[in-house]
Amino acid sequence: MSTFMQFITTGLRLGSVYALIALGYTMVYGIIKLINFAHGDFIMVGGYTLFFTIPAFMKLGLPGWAAVFIAIIVCAVVGMLVELLAYRPVRKRGNNLTSLITAIAMSFILENLAQAIPAIGPDPRVPYMLFNNDIKIGSFSISVATLITIVVSAIIMIGLYQFTQKTKIGRAMRCVSEDKQAAVLMGINVNKVIIITFAIGAGLAAVAALMYIAQYPKVTTTMGATLGIYAFVSAVLGGIGSLPGAMLGGIIIGIVQSGTSTYISSSMADTFVYLILIVVLMVKPAGILGKNIGEKV
Amino acid sequence: MLNIKDLCVSYGAISALKGISLTVNDGELVTLIGANGAGKTTTLHTISGLLKASSGTIMLDDIDLQKTPAHKIIEYGMAQVPEGRHVFAQMTVLENLYMGAYSISDKKKIEDNIEWVFHHFPRLKERSKQLAGTLSGGEQQMLATGRAIMTNPKIVLMDEPSMGLSPLLVSEIFSIIKELQKSGITILLVEQNAKMALSIADRAYVLENGKISMSGNASELLNDERVKKAYLGA
Repeated sequence: MSTFMQFITTGLRLGSVYALIALGYTMVYGIIKLINFAHGDFIMVGGYTLFFTIPAFMKLGLPGWAAVFIAIIVCAVVGMLVELLAYRPVRKRGNNLTSLITAIAMSFILENLAQAIPAIGPDPRVPYMLFNNDIKIGSFSISVATLITIVVSAIIMIGLYQFTQKTKIGRAMRCVSEDKQAAVLMGINVNKVIIITFAIGAGLAAVAALMYIAQYPKVTTTMGATLGIYAFVSAVLGGIGSLPGAMLGGIIIGIVQSGTSTYISSSMADTFVYLILIVVLMVKPAGILGKNIGEKV
Repeated sequence: MLNIKDLCVSYGAISALKGISLTVNDGELVTLIGANGAGKTTTLHTISGLLKASSGTIMLDDIDLQKTPAHKIIEYGMAQVPEGRHVFAQMTVLENLYMGAYSISDKKKIEDNIEWVFHHFPRLKERSKQLAGTLSGGEQQMLATGRAIMTNPKIVLMDEPSMGLSPLLVSEIFSIIKELQKSGITILLVEQNAKMALSIADRAYVLENGKISMSGNASELLNDERVKKAYLGA
């Protein structure tokens, strides 16, 4: 029983982190049909920001986790700059393929910059451990980090969904995602909506970075690459462009990884993740919650 | 109200509009008719800022529309019902109407306008919670029209509202257009269905290969031999 609970909580925790990152992929994809390969690297930016700011916060007598707000701002600014300096000019002149290659280029540029700047890379850094105590309920124990990750992610996801459904800017995002031309006619400033989307997506990556380093206290310049791929797979599995899909996809990937590691072998985890991805895409090519709505003419 | 002078637009090397001029006065219902590829939609897209002109001017009263970002135009009182409706299929009817009012922040005014739209289009009220993508073509056209008048515009541009609709629905839509004009909205109606358009419009322009080939009173054009031959199938 306790093994089972451990597998579920580990899966949910991993899955929550993937889901937070997947939201960034899916939001940007939904709005400009671009797979933002640099999105994973926003986690790295968040990770390093936390590495530097957590000790600074604690020196000032503030709680270490509050440094995440600085990381959110730094990531949002980086996200907006990437859109403003690279994606927007390329999108104006090129096509989807040129945008895609720009995203891959941006990912390498961010990783490489981090390696080259002496204050940051190239060696891994070990950040301060946060939330490293356990809560025991009977024979079952759960780490505070796990609990916080699951709860905070759930709150953020529900909040984000409500934001897109109920607020003016959230509705504008859905409009831009569905029909840019009509959105312009409504008076929506499309470029503004796109840049806000990047800021939100990157900000979520900063939160994910905090959750991740609370569990695996190591920050490297390439940490975004692996995490990013799992999150991207989550987004595709759930149905890219769909917010609930990204959440569901993240949780599924997390549970599958944790389940495989617990009951089979941790070296088999990736095999199962990608196996499930392929099977789901064979049955539902648009992803679990993805929709293919025909347009009425 | 709307004044276009010597407008030229080209897609790369192909010139779609070769210097057209047209005027829509306050309160008028003016139609721009022409065959496929004559440049009707190009004209509308250039007015609404989705396309850039290579030369010429577009003035909405004293505002130079070419210097206005596309998303700002609605704030100056010009709304558009695009060709093919372009309703937000995955949003409800009510949400679509809210999006039409995106540029206004007065909540009371928005609610009043929703009532006003529902008064004109009772069918939209019945379906207000339904996703727009599940509506029929005629209902989507009503929604696109309702969405466009959510800002109380001075002028509405309508692009092919009759497209793909049954004759019965076409006459329903056209009587609504006439009604909107009566309520004080100036309308520029772009249509392939020349007969219907000419029968409700005050004045008309005929667009041919990117040029205005004829213009005048709609009723006169309706009886013009050349128009009859080319557009009315007589």
